Amino acid sequence: MVIEYMGIKEINGPLIVLDGVKNPSFEETVVIRLENGEERTGRIVKIEGERAVIQVFEGTHGVSLSNTRTRLTGHPVEMPLSSELLGRIFDGAGRPADGLGEIFPEKRRDINGTPINPVSRVYPRNFISTGISSIDCLMTLIRGQKLPIFSGSGMRHNELAAQIVRQAKIADKEAEFAIVFAAMGVKNDVADYFRRSFEESGVLSRVAMFLNFSNDPIIERILTPRCALTAAEYLAFDRGMHILVIMTDMTSYAEALREFSSSKGEIPGRKGYPGYLYSDLASLYERAGMIKGSGGSVTQIPILTMPNDDITHPVPDLTGYITEGQIVLDRTLDNSGIYPPVSVLPSLSRLMKDGIGEGFTRADHADVANQLFACCARVQEARSLASVIGEEELSPNDKKLLEFGRMFDSRFINQGYDESRSIDQTLDLGWELLSALPREELDRIDDKTLEGHYKPADEAPADE
Amino acid sequence: MNNVIYGINGPVITVLGNTGLSMMEMVLVGNDRLVGEVIGISDKETTIQVYENTTGLAPGEQVTGTGGPLSATLGPGILDNIFDGIERPLKAIEAVSGDFISRRVNVSVLDEQREWDVTVCVKTGDQLSEGMVYATCPETQIITHKCMVPPGLSGTVEAVRPDGKYRLNDTVVTLRDEKGVLHDLTLCQKWPIRKPRPTARRLYADAPLVTGQRVIDTLFPVAKGGTAAIPGGFGTGKTMTQHQLAKWCDADIIIYIGCGERGNEMSQVLEEFSGLIDPKSGRPMTDRTALIANTSNMPVAAREASIYTGITLAEYYRDMGYHVAIMADSTSRWAEALREISGRLEEMPAEEGFPAYLPSRLSEFYERAGLFETLSGAAGSVTVIGAVSPQGSDFSEPVTQNTKRFTRCFWALDKSLAYARHYPAINWMSSYSEYLDDLSDWYKKNVGEDFLDCRTRITRILQEESKLMEIVRLIGADVLPDDQKLVIETARVIRVGFLQQNAYHKDDTYVPLKKQLGMMRAILHLHRSARAVLAAGIPISRILELGLFDKLIRMKYEVPNDNYEMLDGYIADIDNALTSLG
Repeated sequence: MVIEYMGIKEINGPLIVLDGVKNPSFEETVVIRLENGEERTGRIVKIEGERAVIQVFEGTHGVSLSNTRTRLTGHPVEMPLSSELLGRIFDGAGRPADGLGEIFPEKRRDINGTPINPVSRVYPRNFISTGISSIDCLMTLIRGQKLPIFSGSGMRHNELAAQIVRQAKIADKEAEFAIVFAAMGVKNDVADYFRRSFEESGVLSRVAMFLNFSNDPIIERILTPRCALTAAEYLAFDRGMHILVIMTDMTSYAEALREFSSSKGEIPGRKGYPGYLYSDLASLYERAGMIKGSGGSVTQIPILTMPNDDITHPVPDLTGYITEGQIVLDRTLDNSGIYPPVSVLPSLSRLMKDGIGEGFTRADHADVANQLFACCARVQEARSLASVIGEEELSPNDKKLLEFGRMFDSRFINQGYDESRSIDQTLDLGWELLSALPREELDRIDDKTLEGHYKPADEAPADE
Repeated sequence: MNNVIYGINGPVITVLGNTGLSMMEMVLVGNDRLVGEVIGISDKETTIQVYENTTGLAPGEQVTGTGGPLSATLGPGILDNIFDGIERPLKAIEAVSGDFISRRVNVSVLDEQREWDVTVCVKTGDQLSEGMVYATCPETQIITHKCMVPPGLSGTVEAVRPDGKYRLNDTVVTLRDEKGVLHDLTLCQKWPIRKPRPTARRLYADAPLVTGQRVIDTLFPVAKGGTAAIPGGFGTGKTMTQHQLAKWCDADIIIYIGCGERGNEMSQVLEEFSGLIDPKSGRPMTDRTALIANTSNMPVAAREASIYTGITLAEYYRDMGYHVAIMADSTSRWAEALREISGRLEEMPAEEGFPAYLPSRLSEFYERAGLFETLSGAAGSVTVIGAVSPQGSDFSEPVTQNTKRFTRCFWALDKSLAYARHYPAINWMSSYSEYLDDLSDWYKKNVGEDFLDCRTRITRILQEESKLMEIVRLIGADVLPDDQKLVIETARVIRVGFLQQNAYHKDDTYVPLKKQLGMMRAILHLHRSARAVLAAGIPISRILELGLFDKLIRMKYEVPNDNYEMLDGYIADIDNALTSLG
């Protein structure tokens, strides 16, 4: 027999309080039926004896203290799973939203997941070729990695993510590849842009989309990435596929969490975000990886917009501490028309050191990358000097550095939206640019490697 | 007493009424018997933090006290193992629950079936006091495990078993204490993790922890038994530095605590350490290492406990007379766990939401480091190296500031150095070590009389350079007089050729102290001789043309670690080249 509880005790934003509940369990799902027959879902977020605080995913508009009947379901929020997930579109709470009917589940899993045992993990070292020079050479993406894109409103992060999806796919023909796309609080246009670009590149049937739009209930947004990652884990570790998860926009997710936390009356931490923001973000990002004995992998590319382009804002800051590197986009580059506007110096891939070089990419990869980074740092110094004393007054070496910087931005970083460069092309381009610098500037590379690749400007083929 | 769950809020649960539980007592919560710890008691309710995920827990489920505080099990089998924050072995959990850590896994902390080759080193009638060794066994090929009488116990040996193979819980010695009570001593003992293990007395720490990292050994050394903090924003190489130290420092035992960090990083440590051969013993690094992995997505309360579990293991090995180094990566995550729990308890927050007791908790932790005379009269040390991840890379935040107060070494990682891929990105201007005076005699005796003198001169050049760079940034380097240009050139050699160290290069990843001294001598010799040449009126451009500076930058790769006499050749080359000018 199912007990239904009539009415509720209190409503506070997205939270309702139910009294006299028999046997509630923590994080259990509840179904709330309104007088007009509408059903809403919620989950128990706090229990004090017979008093349960319930978070309502669809929001509490239209709910009064007396017009509801609430029923406990006895299990936490679960996601139905089967390989049918691919090619489907779901709403933010994991319910089908494309009118194609329910999923016939092979399994149901708690969307919170459980942590991967660190000893069961395989240390990721398989290079994913994205065809984008700046990423492949300087912040190499590795299968099983979580590599976020730090962007700002109005920059072309969506294009970059779509390009990665399109080009990374080509690099892997032998294994099954699929995409899980989670949109949290994004504009309808953005979701539509991704849908179209998946369609154009012919991967739509290999995509599971979870969409929570910016006008959708905010609490649902907290479930969206969890549903998506539960699906991704299932496809990767039960079905052995390589899954690329794109999550956008993590900042809206964190804002939803903040709203929820403040309506619960919790003590806020930095900028009003709850004290557990780090643990909460980690419970999402850490679901990337590879597991021993399973052929699949979950690779994450979360996208977040830095409010006011501030990288020290809590969301990018905490994200950077959890993820294995970051791709930082820069507004100055974006404004000068360079695409993708990747700012090289603050960008990083922590896993690249073990996934590049002989046997993975090319023996000289690490040297080129280190040298390019070092040169970019010096270009920056030269630029700031030039802005004080003027370019004319610079030493010849500094002038060469400035020239190198310009070439680097316009030829190495900048590339077409449809242009895919192989790793060989990228590294050769790197050498070509380095060769424009005097040999003593290249202090990160040993003589032997230099012998083979360094061709000073006069010997190198002329540009264009 | 019938204690049942009343309230549940994330990892914190409450039990109504006077429960009879005591503060910090370990409890088992709910039908799944999740591990928890009492953190607050009033006459109305008792508050418990749970070390596992609380999803599905319901009011009315039982809460049982265990009668004792949360304790670590100490015995052979700790090394070459990996535990979570409350010392549950992850490999055994994997065998039970698969690739994902589920709740309610019940596994014993140390392998109870494995047989150890035990040598009993006491005989019937011997008087034993606390901390004395009664049996030994080889735990790994390089570390001998010593079973010690637990603190607080002493008496006469009543019976001993012969040498042979014993399991963890087999009795090897029976002890009769003063009151005539018999105690069975097995291979293991328990100790509450939040309480420091007793020692005889603290000793003066006068030997450095040699790490083979030039910027640390030379500029900012840490003593064996010292404390050091590595603060740095993300991407500055905290973890990398910790890994390097764990791999190369000359401690006998390494305890590596991955506290709220990445899962992939832990699998990297596991993989790398088992593949890496310790040059001194010829055995894999894992033979002297124990790992504690509480990754960021594992329960937050266990993250809080992981630091204490780690230092308790370290103290246990210290009591055997070993030098132990702890790498805690990262203490900020631990502080955040404190904040998170404190928030759930609705305590009044102090700075940035951190609880007011943050400084006292930090100092309690760091004060457990030190060089001690153990209860059995041996000398053992615990060195603590804690990484700090400041929010927004801002060193003025509470965790960094408070850590600074309780550690004596501060290795500040610098974002701009990391951007230029200058690793280790330890900023030589803002870092410091308070151990220099304590260690000076050791350096003089064991490395060279002039070691500290060279160090002082190196830092002076770096300081001078940083002053000059302010001018250079405004008007460019060309306007400087030749002697100042020389300072800038020498400083470049120091920065690139000495401070920068390549962890992936076979010779450069670890550099013996004697070679570090040799390199400093060569650099300073060049500086001194070049200054003399300048004084004779020869312009610096001609000196630079000789390529001596670039040659010294490359010496770190060209001089092998076992043949640093080669460095004398560099000095001769410098002399020859410079005399050719004159």
